[in-house]
Order: sequence, then structure tokens, then C-alpha cells
Amino acid sequence: MPAGTPRVGVFLCKCGGNISDFVDLEAVKRAVEKIDGVVAVEVDEHWCSSPAGKRIKEVIKEKNLNRVVIAACTLNMHQPHFMEVLQEAGLNPYLLERVNAREQCSWVHKDSPKEATEKAIDLVRGGIARAKRLTELSPIVEKINKNVVVVGGGVAGIIASLELAYGGYRVFLVEKSPTIGGRMAKFSKVFPSLDCASCILTPRMAEVESHKNITLLTYSELQEVSGSAGNFKVKILKKPRYVDPALCTGCRDCTTVCPVKVPNEWNMGMDKRTAIYIPFPEAVPRVATVDGEHCLYLKHSKPGKPVCGKCVEVCKAKAINWNQKLEVLEVEAGAILLAVGSEVFDARRVPQLGYGLYKNVITSMEFERMINSDGPTGGKVVNPVTGETPKVVAFIQCVGSRDEKYNPYCCRIGCTATLKHAALLKEYVSKDIDIYVCYNDMRTVGKGFEEFYRRVRDMGVKFIRGLPSEVKQKPDGTLSFNVFDTTTETLYEVNADLVVLAIGLVPSPDIEKVAKLLKLSRGHDGFLLEAHEKLRPVETLTDGIFVAGSCLGPMDIHDATSEAMGAASKVMGFLSAGEIVKEPIVAKVNEDLCSGCRVCVSVCPFDAIKMEEKGEGKFVAKVDEVSCKGCGLCASSCPTAAITTQHFTDEQIRAQVRGILVGT
Amino acid sequence: MSEFQPKIVAFCCNWCSYAGADQAGLRRLQYPPTARIVRIMCSGRLDPVFVLEAFRYGADGVLVAGCHTPTDCHYTSGNFKAERRVLLLRKLLEQLGLEPERLRLEWISASEGEKFARVIEEMTQKLKELGPSPLKSA
Repeated sequence: MPAGTPRVGVFLCKCGGNISDFVDLEAVKRAVEKIDGVVAVEVDEHWCSSPAGKRIKEVIKEKNLNRVVIAACTLNMHQPHFMEVLQEAGLNPYLLERVNAREQCSWVHKDSPKEATEKAIDLVRGGIARAKRLTELSPIVEKINKNVVVVGGGVAGIIASLELAYGGYRVFLVEKSPTIGGRMAKFSKVFPSLDCASCILTPRMAEVESHKNITLLTYSELQEVSGSAGNFKVKILKKPRYVDPALCTGCRDCTTVCPVKVPNEWNMGMDKRTAIYIPFPEAVPRVATVDGEHCLYLKHSKPGKPVCGKCVEVCKAKAINWNQKLEVLEVEAGAILLAVGSEVFDARRVPQLGYGLYKNVITSMEFERMINSDGPTGGKVVNPVTGETPKVVAFIQCVGSRDEKYNPYCCRIGCTATLKHAALLKEYVSKDIDIYVCYNDMRTVGKGFEEFYRRVRDMGVKFIRGLPSEVKQKPDGTLSFNVFDTTTETLYEVNADLVVLAIGLVPSPDIEKVAKLLKLSRGHDGFLLEAHEKLRPVETLTDGIFVAGSCLGPMDIHDATSEAMGAASKVMGFLSAGEIVKEPIVAKVNEDLCSGCRVCVSVCPFDAIKMEEKGEGKFVAKVDEVSCKGCGLCASSCPTAAITTQHFTDEQIRAQVRGILVGT
Repeated sequence: MSEFQPKIVAFCCNWCSYAGADQAGLRRLQYPPTARIVRIMCSGRLDPVFVLEAFRYGADGVLVAGCHTPTDCHYTSGNFKAERRVLLLRKLLEQLGLEPERLRLEWISASEGEKFARVIEEMTQKLKELGPSPLKSA
């Protein structure tokens, strides 16, 4: 069903001045209206608006258009809307061509309107030439699998999994650590309400464990993902924990006899844990894990000559199983939701502030663990040098954040986290502690945050607008620094027993890993890139892959859970349709031209092309439309031009190039 | 006489470089109005004929832009195919009497608006030095 002799309608968008302030659209109109096949050229303020959409439909009908060119913003905006407009006018939506006159023209050539107009004319000519060769296509409809793989068991992953599970979807929650909970599980209290973090989080963790729709895979990592939106095949690597989770009662007897002591990552290395361990009392699952890197039995035993094995002797449940091996699980899922989180900035990178040199310079994360009743000091805030309650505590803000040398962005949590720490010191430790907060700007933008800031000021915490350049330790062990307060224009010398560095959030290696595995884009800050900052904040540009939480950028718990719920709703909306409509941008074989050489089979990255016997020893290539992703490697490699990619045929691309350069 | 303004045809892959060019726009980075972008799904979709035809119809330069090697390609390995083709095409251009520098290959990610702007700036400068394509007058 060819769409007939081309009758092209060209719609030029002013974009409220975004385009028309720099590109003379009347000149563009004059330049293209005489082109063979063009039967209508119209200019409008906003073609994306609803009345303008109506107008496009009218022109399609009045002028009997069979091709539409819209020169406006990038096609990453409004494409589904414009396709629908064509459809509603009875035109196949693949007869639409978009010309990028904004992001790739008017916005980048503001100083040269004449040249910008010439460029726009070339681009529209290219678009018209391509449009004339577009053909009607039908989307490929596929059934989808309704399972979801959620990667990351921090607060975002937990909330998203629960939303999905209660919505009736089967969830596989993959977490690399032995327990879910993430960074939030390490917090004592949360700002600005100062309610207890674990009181909020641990019941939800328990729900994850007991929910019939959730399969919890802790100590597991994403290994490989194949397939596409609606039908992913996900390989998950399950690391051996050498403990049978069905037998382990979580009694922790093993941890009392294990002779190995290694830095405890749960407490930011401030104390030691054993080689067999349960990270914290409320861990989910509450099952011991043997750290294979440090366990004496696993490291030193020889056949017939076991070393140590004290945990086996003491375990009444007989849960320890040295025979566990790495397992690879294969899961089929329609959607993947990434909530892999972030990590905290390494304060050692700013040596002038003394972290790593002086024991009484600690990070805000260490402070969190210290003030937490299940932390290394049992909730007592102490000067690590003396072991006593500090009399003067100084907080230094923006460590590693808002600094071109480290990270230019704002960490978004440091200000309010420090306010929380100061309030906790005053309210739970002693109101007599002298507290200084050295800051750049106090950014308290959340709900109730500014009121909280005022409350902390009223507690007598002293705020100095300025950051010290160096922290020194005096012979008596106290810390000292000079700081210039830009509000009073005074240089202060601060002497403190304890200095707390407010560290920000940075992208973790997990972000890089999933980005590589799933071919996702990252921003220049290293965090994952959302499909659209404002309109599609919890989707990626790859269909079927959704994203939430601080792997997108620094954020607090409120924002992470909002995004998690948003992403979970997006996943449910996506899966509830039961089928996915796939773009028909796939390879197509002209069997008459195919010589059976198999070059296409060898270049296809997705194994989507098979040879089919046509009798008498003749083989021709056959494309599996479901596996084909439309890259076109086969089309550009085929020596007889027998394969082409629909919507990106040689003819269409070549016509566009010609149109740009010579007009038609 | 006004200064020579070269014309560049820029074949950009849909996932990284086209989005990178959009990023330059979102950030209002200003670069010379010399490039005309042609969107292809993958840089590996580039048929050598597209490049040769662009020169035939009067392009002064051609840019092929895709996702970073080795791992960023949305289709796993298309960017490597593009690289091989561009290397061969450069040799061919030389035999046709065109300076191989007129054909440039760049990896530009979706967040590298600055790189996109810089590449067009540099290419424009280079093409101004080289002058109009000799095929134009032929």
C-alpha cells in the first residue's frame, strides 16, 4: 500500500520565539513552498498545542496530504503526539518527518540569524526529500512478560518493589549486599522531623521479605541482560554466602566464636566485624554470611585438612554449608527498574581538612553511625582521640561538593543533614556543646526544612558563612582552623574537639556497571541520565528500563521514595497493557536480491538473522522482527543491497543528504 | 566577498550523538552554523555511499558521530563498524583527490553537548583552511 504521489505539508514552528527569534520562518517558507510535491506550508506559534494539532488535521484533509514535515524541536519531544495527530487524520504515522530547528539550529546560532535561516532551509529541504520517500509502516505488537527486576535494595528499591508487589506484579529484587536497607538503614534519625530511621524503614524491609510477590535475591548482582522491552532475559549472579538461609536462625552464635576481625563496612570501618557476620540486627534476610575473602576455613583449608571451622561447631541449626557455589539465575521480565544508589564522597581527597590524618576529623556518615544506638559506640558521640564527649564540635559543609576541583554540583543533603546532626547533639547529647557550622550557603529547600533551620539556630548553634582552607591539630590533640565569615567580615579562629565533614554523594561503580550492561547514558557528573529531566524523570531512553533514587543524582529520602513510587507506577502502566508496540524500525530482506552470503548474519549483534532454505540449495536471510533492534548494520554491510532498515532505507537517507545539499 | 562558510553533513547516531547535539542546544552553546545533521539509528548504519554522495553533492566536510568505543554503543558494536568504514573511506577520498581530513569520526555521548559544539568549531576551522571542496567546482 504505497502512499501515492507525494503531497507534502510543511509545518514550521515558531516555538513561542525560541525558533522564530533567530530563524526567519517566512524566508524558510518562501524557500521551500516551490519544491516539487510541497502543497502546503504553514507557520504557527506552537504546533504542539491542541488547536494547532487540529489545524494540522484540517490541512491534511483539505490538501489531501500524504506526507507531513514538522520543523520544530527535537524529535525526542512530542513525537508520539504528532504521530497521533497524523493517525487521527487517517494518515499512517510513519509518514511524518521531523526537522530539528530548535536544539540543533536556533538555540545554537543566536548570533547569526542569516546563517541560521540558511541552515534551517537546508534542514527542511532535507526533511521534505526524506518525507517524500517515507512509506506506511505498521508497529510490531508483542506480548509482554509481567515480571519486574528491581536492582538495588536501598530505600528506593524497597519502596518500588513493594508498590509493584501490592499492585499484583511479580518482583525479583536484586541486592549486592547481604541485606537490603541501603544507606538509610545506617541513619539514626531522619530530617527534618527527627523521627527514627529504622522505625520507618525496618517494617517495610520485613514486608519485602514476607510479600508473596517478591523474590528477594540478596548477595546477588546483575550479570547480563538480553532481549528487549517487554521481554528481557536477565542473568543474576548469586554469590555463595556459605550459609543455608532456610536453616539459619540468625542467632549470631557463630559471630561470637569467629576469630577473624576485619573493618566493619556497616560502621564505616570504625569497628571490626567477624568473617561470618550479620550486618546489623534488623538485617533482611537475618541470615549470616561468610565473607569468603577473609574466612580462614575457605582461605586456608586443604583437602582432608580443615582450618578453623569454629562456626560449624557452634551452629545448632547446622546451617553452614561450605559447598555453596556461585549460581547464575535466569529470570524473564518485562521491565527493569534500576535503583542502584550512589556512594559518599571520599574525604581523603581533600587532605587539607585533615580526614585520615587526625582521628578527631570524621565524616558526616561516621557521625551518623556514632550517634546511632546500634553503632560502634552504642550511640555515644565521642572524640575518637580521648574517648570523651566533645565540648566543641565544628561542622564543615560542602566537602567535595560545589567545588570545580571535585564535584561542581550541590549534594542537596549536606545542609539539612548537618542541621540534623547539630540538633541531635543539642537534644540528645548535651545542650552545652558548642557547635559551629561553617557553610557556603544554607540550602534548606525541602518541606519544613527552613523551619527546621530556624529551630536549630534558636538552639544556639553558631553559623559562620565561610569555609576553612585548612584544619590543623594542636599538640593537645584539639583541632583548630581559621575561617572568614563573609556576613560579618570577621576572621574567626575555631578550636574544636571534633570536626565533622559534610560529605556529598557521588556516583558509585555500580552506576557505571549497569550503564555499560544496559547501554544507558550517563550525565557528565557520572550519574544515570533520565529520558527527560522534567517530563520523563524516572525513565531511561531505553524502553522498558526505569530508574529511581540517587543513581540519578544526589537526593534525600523523600525524593528517592517519590521517584521510586513514580517509577513503580510507570512500570505498572507499561506492563498493564499486556503488549508492547514496537517501532517498525527493523531490517527487511528483499529475497530476490539476497545472494545468501551470510554477511548480515555475521554482523548482527542480536542474532536476529537466520538463513532460510528456499529449495535447490538456495538460502536467503530471514529477519526475526522481535529480536531485531533496527541498528542497520546488516543494511550497510549487505553487498547486494538486499537488506534495508525500514524508515531508514538507503533511498531515504540519500534523499535527505541530497535535499540538504542541493535542495531536492 | 564574504568569508567561505563550509558545509558539513553530520551523520549522528540516534542514541548518543544526536542527543549530544540536542544537549548543546539545551545548554545554548554557540557554534558555527555549518553542520547539517542527518539522523541514523547507529553509526554502523553508515553506508560508505552516503559519505561519497555527500561530497558529490557539494559537502565540504562530513562528520560521522557515534557512541564512545568500546562499550557505549546502543547496539553493542556498530561504532566499531563505523570506525572501520571511515578509515577505509579516508584512503578512498585521498585517491579521489580529496583531503582525508574532510571526513571526521567522533564519539560524542548524549551528555557531551560541549564536545559536539567543539567538534563542529574545529572542523569548521579546518575546512576554512582547506577551502571549498575541490569536487564542488568539478
